Amino acid sequence: MNPAFLELRALHKRYGGREVLRGVDLAVAAGECFALVGPNGAGKSTTVRAIQGLTPTDGGEIRIGGRTLAEMGRTARADMGVVPQTDNLDPDFTVQENLWTYGRYFGLPKALIRQRSAELLEFMALSGYATQPIHALSGGMQRRLTIARALINAPKLLLLDEPTTGLDPQARHLIWQRLRELRRQGTTLLLTTHYMDEAERLADRVGIIDHGRILAEDSPRGLIATHIPGGVVELRRVDGELPDPQDLHRQWVSLSERVGDTLICYGSDLSPLLAHFGDDPAYRWIQRPASLEDVFLRLTGRDLREETE
Amino acid sequence: MPIRDALPGAGALAVLQRNFGVWRKLLVPSLLGNFGDPLLYLLALGYGLGHFVGQMDGMPYITFIASGIVASSVMNTASFEGLYSAFTRMSAQHTYAAMLATPLRVSDILAGEVAWCAVKGLISAVAILIVASFFGAIQGPWVILALPVILLAGLSFGGVALVITALARSYDFFMYYFTLAVTPMFLFCGVFYPLQSLPPFAQDIAEVLPLTHAVALLRPLLTGHLPHEALYHTGVLLLYTLAAYVLGWRLLSRRLLR
Repeated sequence: MNPAFLELRALHKRYGGREVLRGVDLAVAAGECFALVGPNGAGKSTTVRAIQGLTPTDGGEIRIGGRTLAEMGRTARADMGVVPQTDNLDPDFTVQENLWTYGRYFGLPKALIRQRSAELLEFMALSGYATQPIHALSGGMQRRLTIARALINAPKLLLLDEPTTGLDPQARHLIWQRLRELRRQGTTLLLTTHYMDEAERLADRVGIIDHGRILAEDSPRGLIATHIPGGVVELRRVDGELPDPQDLHRQWVSLSERVGDTLICYGSDLSPLLAHFGDDPAYRWIQRPASLEDVFLRLTGRDLREETE
Repeated sequence: MPIRDALPGAGALAVLQRNFGVWRKLLVPSLLGNFGDPLLYLLALGYGLGHFVGQMDGMPYITFIASGIVASSVMNTASFEGLYSAFTRMSAQHTYAAMLATPLRVSDILAGEVAWCAVKGLISAVAILIVASFFGAIQGPWVILALPVILLAGLSFGGVALVITALARSYDFFMYYFTLAVTPMFLFCGVFYPLQSLPPFAQDIAEVLPLTHAVALLRPLLTGHLPHEALYHTGVLLLYTLAAYVLGWRLLSRRLLR
């Protein structure tokens, strides 16, 4: 593997008495796509802010291309692109004016800004909207424009904080396609998400973060193989009562979880389980391959998190 | 955070340019306000009230009040921009957050914003100068010297407004500043009548307020004289500008870099 391009070591951050980051370590190779997944309040956004040098940390070190963030100062951000969690396009400007204005913040020459803006609108399938006001764009188009804007300085490192939250499936697929294209062109990507399918589709490696620590880190397939044995069957009762109250499934599967009205069973041979419950008219079931979501839920628990980030 | 980070760089110009770009889009309603309001003031106070007042401080009342309105308009325009508009950019539109994701620093943003407050103050002042000169209320060769004074006054009012904005949790907070600072300055700093007509303690209070010094510089310059103690008045405005900038930078850094 390439040497680490982005490296975080023992990163700590406190807000008052609350420890938000408790020793985050991660290394992202040049040209890699790394996904940081975790529940709300796990420390994803704080990590992204720290990498931009926008939050003073209480310990640890961040290196980009071998140099510490402290010695690089704000010049670090000259080679970064950021897609923030909250849209912050300029509502008073048109689509292309948003790109031009942003390019000036980087101190880029006008001709270069104009040329890149046109290319980026093309790349993000927004060419026909260059002179439209922002409010004329759909949510997905605004998101694409935010990504185009983040690329105006041709960044080496692109940070994306929940890039497709709240978008419809078509909009998400288009964005994923473009992000994979960027990765192929050599851009290093760090994205945070709480959509497991997004991490699975985009990332070379995934880090699962909770309570300010990275709990596990591997390729999506590696994480699934390590933490989930075989396939998955979900059992529910038609009447909404607790499925399998006598825990009969324990004799056939080694690993299971109860989530509300659902019993989730993991195992490489689930046929005895289905032989018993499969034809019972009181039960509904689905059989599916193990996913990153199973890993995520097993590692971070199943309690509901309130929005804190 | 080291104090050398408080020094703004070329990025401040990009911030100024951004604000100018937005202003240009709303040019017509903006200029209408700039020209319309002073016209109404000059008509109502200069002619209406001036008819009964006659002369004040050795000049026609409309001439006296025109320079006062120039100074108070710089205060109002720069304050409004530094409070409501800047707060909208910071909290509702997240414009500062977007800027900070680029090489821009807090000092670039603050300096660009304060400079923009001053430019807007200048625009409103020039509109009044144009309107007032049709009434013959602007005289003499020193009008050109009034322009840098107007800019400096705009920097000081804009700087103080951004300090308030850096502390504000909501728009309601600005009412305190208007009621406790802007309105008293408007009424007691020599805009409508000479300071000397106030009781001594009130004169002492007025002496520490920036609008007093803006009026003390602008009234002579706009009526054909050079101001007395020009260095002192300029110094007070400079002090306000610098102190507000440093304080605003500290508060804004604490708020934005958490």
